[in-house]
Amino acid sequence: MNASDQKRLLREMIFYRRFEERSFEAYMERKIGGFLHLYSGQEAVATGVLETARCGHDYVITGYRDHVHAIKAGAPAREVMAELYGKETGSSRGRGGSMHIFDPTVNFMGGYALVGQPFPLAAGLALACKHKGTDQIAICFLGDGANNQGTFHETMNMASVWKLPVLFVCENNLYAIGTRIDRSTAVTDQYKRVCAYNIPASQHDGQDIDVVMTAASDAIAHVRAGRGPYFIEFMTYRQRGHSMSDSNAYRSKEEERKWLERDPIKIYGDRLKKAKVLTDKDIAAMEKSVLDEIENDIVRFAEDSPEPRVEDLNKYCLDDQSDPRWIGPLVQGEQHG
Amino acid sequence: MAEIAYWEAIRRAHDEELAHDRMVIAMGEDIGVAGGTYKATSGLYQKYGADRIIDTPISENSYTGIGIGASMAGMRPIIEIMSINFALLALDTLINAAAKIRYMSGGRVSCPIVMRTPGGTAHQLAAQHSARLARMFMSTPGLRVVTPRGPLDAYGMLKSAVRCNDPVIIIEHESMYNMRGEVPDTETFRPLEGAEIVRVGTDITLIGYNYSVHLCLAAADKLAAMGLSAEVLDLRALRPIDRDTIRRSVEKTHKVVIAEEDEAAVGVGSEIISVITEECFFALDAQPVRVHAADVPVPYNRQLEKAAIPNADDVLAAALKVLGRV
Repeated sequence: MNASDQKRLLREMIFYRRFEERSFEAYMERKIGGFLHLYSGQEAVATGVLETARCGHDYVITGYRDHVHAIKAGAPAREVMAELYGKETGSSRGRGGSMHIFDPTVNFMGGYALVGQPFPLAAGLALACKHKGTDQIAICFLGDGANNQGTFHETMNMASVWKLPVLFVCENNLYAIGTRIDRSTAVTDQYKRVCAYNIPASQHDGQDIDVVMTAASDAIAHVRAGRGPYFIEFMTYRQRGHSMSDSNAYRSKEEERKWLERDPIKIYGDRLKKAKVLTDKDIAAMEKSVLDEIENDIVRFAEDSPEPRVEDLNKYCLDDQSDPRWIGPLVQGEQHG
Repeated sequence: MAEIAYWEAIRRAHDEELAHDRMVIAMGEDIGVAGGTYKATSGLYQKYGADRIIDTPISENSYTGIGIGASMAGMRPIIEIMSINFALLALDTLINAAAKIRYMSGGRVSCPIVMRTPGGTAHQLAAQHSARLARMFMSTPGLRVVTPRGPLDAYGMLKSAVRCNDPVIIIEHESMYNMRGEVPDTETFRPLEGAEIVRVGTDITLIGYNYSVHLCLAAADKLAAMGLSAEVLDLRALRPIDRDTIRRSVEKTHKVVIAEEDEAAVGVGSEIISVITEECFFALDAQPVRVHAADVPVPYNRQLEKAAIPNADDVLAAALKVLGRV
């Protein structure tokens, strides 16, 4: 990877961190409602995996902690922020909110609140890729907590039997909401759980984006070559609570401090400094340009955008362009039998 | 115009839609090599192959989810659930995903799936194979719910459901798969909306859907023998409800009986009475009556099962009551 790509990746991760922290501020100002799940601390996983995928071509789907996945997949950050604000210009026209970002123009097929629901949806996207005979794959990001849903086991089984082109990315941040993994899960190494379904799997450091990219690149090559699904687990940690309503009382300060030292932005920034790709001054300038962009472009766009019209409340429930041949009206007196 | 069985009508619709569009697939338990529990996909595995007639493991929630995911990427899956009782396992993907994705994506992603499933009592299948549950689906925004009463609708509504961009639940009936009826030889689509006046009458409106239409028709015959003229209305679609056709019929007859095979609480009959109250309360000359199942899980014993499920005589008795003849 050349120096300009390395700088771009570092800036992307700084951007994602600031995007999330700025959402937090807007939430505290009550400009964003509902539930808000922040990705701070896990940036290297989505950034690294999707850097090695073909965004806009491959399908991407995830859970409710979805802002960064959507943006890296190609959804405009302005529209993602506008969605958090519930605006008509948002990714989902203000109907979905933080947990339900969609952008089918780049094949980002949504964030879902039902833990484990994206497993079968991802396998279905992969089934469509296989059926159409394209070289697309589906990439499903979920946390360790999702693996205790029945959909995990059902979907691993079918994805394996049908050799679907799907990459399952497990972001193991050690907590299912507020319950530590060893208190909820018999086998804590998640990659070991899919051997029951004959799916190749591996576990890696999720805080080092170089490690993530190398591992993801191999996994994606496997899936794209038509060799069936792959399950890749990244060990990571969220720096904030599960959502804004989380007291975060279940984790020790010691544990949090240890993981903060392994902040993915710090790890990558230090490496680039050591390699003389950039200096502290460059990073400071980068942070300032990110701040400016988020404040003056991203947030401004969201704040200035219009609300959805109340008259449009029922819009989007069913297809309003349906052909009358399929839906009616029924002509009386034409019945048979 | 040929007379064919209900299951043959479904099979023909599959065959035509599979031939029409390569993006159409069918998936479900035992639908391929085994030919389908109700023969509705028989022979199609041989004709279209394992990639399009997909035998699934017994994993209702996730294979439904896989169908939904495939539909989000442009495919048109017809998902068979062997019994509506098992559809309870798939409620998460059906109701939390398929019914909501279009709305919560701001209209940007559609889920054009069809889910077919028989919902009804048959012959001593006991509680876990005899649920009806139409009322649960009809209360969910984002879905279409249809209930074909015979081969023509079974054929033509399935074809429309495959073409339509919305998720469609087709509720069939265990006791109707061998029922015969005329279906045109030429390709025909039947709309997914609209109640149908199956028999014209003037003294009372008997409202049914799915199998209970046949109870209404049988009751109407008996009423005719007594010199009373019953109009029979097949709802056809439980979501959306055709309020206009109901209103017009009630404004003509001023009396209503609603026959449902399900339990009464929070059900189809309650909804239809609400619709009538809202649309044409002052057209009523008598209080509407619901004919419905007993408020118990369906029993195995033949006598008890019979007592739990309404029949044509129950509809007749209700009609006579509304007509003031008892």
